Amino acid sequence: MSAATPKGVLTTPIFKNNPIALQILGICSALAVTTSMSVSLVMTLAVIFVTAFSNLFVSLIRQHIPSSIRIIVQMTIIASLVIVVDQILKAFAYEISKQLSVFVGLIITNCIVMGRAEGFAMTNPPKLAFLDGIGNGLGYGFILMTVGFIRELFGAGNVFGFTVLQPVQDGGWYVPNGLLLLPPSAFFIIGLIIWALRETHPEQVEENEFKMKENSQPKEAV
Amino acid sequence: MAQSNNSIKKILTVAFALCIVCSVIVSTAAVALRPLQQLNQELDRKTNILSVANLYEPGMDVEAEFEKITARVVDLRTGEYTDEFDPETFDSFEAARDPATGRTLSGDRDIAGLSRVENYSTVYLVGDPDDPEQVILPIRGQGLWGLMRGYISLEGDGNTFVGITYYEHSETPGLGAEVNNPRWQALWDGKKVFADEESLQPAISLVKGGASEATEVDALAGATLTSRGVTNMLQFWLSPEGFGEYLARFRSEVSPDEAQDATVELESEGA
Repeated sequence: MSAATPKGVLTTPIFKNNPIALQILGICSALAVTTSMSVSLVMTLAVIFVTAFSNLFVSLIRQHIPSSIRIIVQMTIIASLVIVVDQILKAFAYEISKQLSVFVGLIITNCIVMGRAEGFAMTNPPKLAFLDGIGNGLGYGFILMTVGFIRELFGAGNVFGFTVLQPVQDGGWYVPNGLLLLPPSAFFIIGLIIWALRETHPEQVEENEFKMKENSQPKEAV
Repeated sequence: MAQSNNSIKKILTVAFALCIVCSVIVSTAAVALRPLQQLNQELDRKTNILSVANLYEPGMDVEAEFEKITARVVDLRTGEYTDEFDPETFDSFEAARDPATGRTLSGDRDIAGLSRVENYSTVYLVGDPDDPEQVILPIRGQGLWGLMRGYISLEGDGNTFVGITYYEHSETPGLGAEVNNPRWQALWDGKKVFADEESLQPAISLVKGGASEATEVDALAGATLTSRGVTNMLQFWLSPEGFGEYLARFRSEVSPDEAQDATVELESEGA
């Protein structure tokens, strides 16, 4: 990464350096909370809030963090923010907080938050770090919302809870695809998104580390 | 600077200051938001009670609808109402643990896997508290993965099911967690607790391969142990160990009430 600009740190994580699609971080929660779009949206907002502010606070005190306890310091800041988010959700969005259940608490262990605090905020000024947090949260949210859209639309026939494809059990024509409501489907969808992103951004394609030899002729094999 | 940052004094100062600041923020948030959270939990509980009684519709004013419902505390040993506890604040879970208000269940009597059970419980009466349309009872018991807590609703005869709902459980999504599937819950409407008028032992159970009797409900597909847990907790809570004594008062009232209704009809016909 070259010199970071405010616009750059905000937008590159969405397509060019997506935390889920390129860095393959934060997959666990992406599988769990994407069954419906409203839940994905709340999770996205929670992660944006936590990454942005943990980056900000870590960056603010980065000159004073002793390197021997820096991970603990970052974790303390992140954990406090997550608890605050959890409390706010329980107070203002009780239904959704029940659906998110343990995954709000697990934002603490989301590698994206920790990765940005350690990898970016420790070495950059607060304003830039804050924007970088928002950018990475948006990148996470972009994948979450896309996966959530596909899963909710084809798994339940809804978008944000509004019926789009009338399912058969309510007298419509659409037979919901039950697989899409189960976590493995998110794996397939994320895989397809990664494929699409690497088709459009060829520089994301990793170099083949294990090159196979040319196929041997039948004679050689014997 | 790096040198001074890593001195023991600096490390301790940073760690201590950070802990103080973070704990102040966290506790402020927790304390400031607690009233709102309790309100939400209360609303959630009321929503569950309304939905088990088939009175809930999305978007309705839960508080206004809940006016129709009266909460009373019942002494499970005698089946009588008691005014010893305030139904608003009475916590049956706590009561089970307190030696003064709970008792230990042992061995084969503990079919729901509770180990301790309370002597008093809160019931919710829909309509006129003296002659309720529905009686809503809290139930709990072990499922496959953990304790399941919910409500059942019976009609005023103390024998006919209106509905069942669980507000807290940890069953497998897609299998045991289907206890909260509206289509399965709908199967309970009109089912009977007891096989006949006299029996005190509930007959209600979940059965595999299609329910044929009025006291049988289809078991959950692929969730044998959850189904067994549901059967056991119903058998327990509706037996004389649980609400049996209390339900008896409704069941004995059934006949005179019906007789009265019949008289009224006859009179109106005569007039």
